Amino acid sequence: MELTDLTITQAHEKIIKREISALEFAKAFLDRIQKENKKISAFLTPTPDLALLQAKKADEKISKNKEVSILAGIPLAVKDNILVENEKCTAASKILSDYTAPYDATVIEKLKAKDCVILGKTNLDEFAMGSSTENSAFGPTRNPNDLNRVPGGSSGGSTAAVAANLCVFALGSDTGGSIRQPASFCGVVGLKPTYGAVSRSGLISMASSLDQIGPITKTIEDSKIVFEAISGKDPLDSTSVESKIQNPKSKIQNLRLGVPKEYFIKGTDKEVEAIIRGTIKKLGKEGLKIEEISLPHTEYALSCYYIIMPSEVSANLARYDGIKYGFSKAQNLTSKTQNLLDVYLRSRGEGFGQETRRRIMLGTYTLSAGYYDAYYLRAQKVRTLIRRDFEKAFQKVDLILTPVSPTPAFKIGEKITDPLSMYLADVFTVAVNLAGLPAISVPCGKIGELPVGLQIIGRPFEENRIFQLGEFFETIR
Amino acid sequence: MISKEEVKHIAKLARLHIAGKEEDELQKDLSAILDYFNKLKEADIEGVEPTSHSIIMKNIFRKDEAKKKSNEMRKKLTDKFPEKKDNYLKVKSIL
Repeated sequence: MELTDLTITQAHEKIIKREISALEFAKAFLDRIQKENKKISAFLTPTPDLALLQAKKADEKISKNKEVSILAGIPLAVKDNILVENEKCTAASKILSDYTAPYDATVIEKLKAKDCVILGKTNLDEFAMGSSTENSAFGPTRNPNDLNRVPGGSSGGSTAAVAANLCVFALGSDTGGSIRQPASFCGVVGLKPTYGAVSRSGLISMASSLDQIGPITKTIEDSKIVFEAISGKDPLDSTSVESKIQNPKSKIQNLRLGVPKEYFIKGTDKEVEAIIRGTIKKLGKEGLKIEEISLPHTEYALSCYYIIMPSEVSANLARYDGIKYGFSKAQNLTSKTQNLLDVYLRSRGEGFGQETRRRIMLGTYTLSAGYYDAYYLRAQKVRTLIRRDFEKAFQKVDLILTPVSPTPAFKIGEKITDPLSMYLADVFTVAVNLAGLPAISVPCGKIGELPVGLQIIGRPFEENRIFQLGEFFETIR
Repeated sequence: MISKEEVKHIAKLARLHIAGKEEDELQKDLSAILDYFNKLKEADIEGVEPTSHSIIMKNIFRKDEAKKKSNEMRKKLTDKFPEKKDNYLKVKSIL
């Protein structure tokens, strides 16, 4: 087995027994990134100096027999919309192409305190807006399973890096499926935690009522380790809460699993549906209780999401004005930039990419006078109905099983010219964000070389129940 | 279908300079997306309260205190100003 194939628990064993040093481990990954990143473009900015510094620090503690975290010396990759102090943070946008983070995101501070080793920053759709990582201002990432296909998005750089063994684990962010869908496309485990479970401080805001940071890993066990390391209340994020996670005491066979009929619809790839149904059947054979449920407002989730999200985007991205930081036309005085308004218009018009401009326009429209009630307010009310659907369902069942995406990874270029067809790729993932629930994508089969993921959705702050079923599923897969 | 004038108006509200050709594309794309949203008109929202946040929380207060930051941090931030004079942010004239 190659060093770079190891999971967190396997790597920890070797580090703690001193079979390998954290420095050797970091160098093995940095070498691999140097060789392999050209093929898939998972990393935008490798951070070798930081990685070597942290690895040496971890080794020093281990050599002095100090007690260290299970994450000490473990190399990770970080989506480039999460701040790492003194490293570039671009959000894959031209408007932030020269931006250096002045401080650490809370999740990064926590991982650094556990002596993790940060290998670099990974590619994404600009400001995490997209489902394919093609919307990056710095070019697309490729799926390691098939280089002609997308890795999914927006955390496609992070999931491709984990799938290609360019890191042991990675951090992503999920606003409408941006961790789960690329995890499904790349064949890795991706968790979107309960809204509020993980601090968003230092995550570049996209849609603040939906965004969550989460782990991308090779196994469920690793997902749990990283989730426990990054979660918790943070004074810097007033929406974060101390999660009251209890270890589930119930036997796996006592779990009640719901399968919503609205998630098995026309338009889903036949082979994807067969794999998901086969997986559910397999769990049934193991004695788990499975029942069909209904989430009646599912058909409205995508419209609801694509109104609320751009509305929040248009407000959050108002901060990029060419005045305080980032790409600016303020200095190049031309006949076109005479006054303040010109600086705004030209800096934003040139600095933002096409999809970002489209969503800012859409959000500005749905929030504008005369349309607010018809779009934004109506969507917020439908959001209540979607949330209630889940609350009702969770009175009957403990976990809900669905596909993550209606298709496996699609070809690069296939959907990029038709925004609406790209939005439809999110049809099974957005409701979870609207309701603030935790959900995971676990690999459950393949169509040829292309992985397919099962989505497991839980009650708020019941990540551990998701992990319990996920770990059981890994043993029977 | 939204009009070209609406596209121009929204672009102005959003503080985005949009080139002529893109106005046509946006008119087409936004119209298609807004048509898709018509689906929401079928939902019965009579008497339903809006949800702005998925977890219910209210009145999260903290003391309104300025925290001292290092000169180094101050410099990191002011170095990012596209235009400055001494340590002040310089802004173009409004009129």
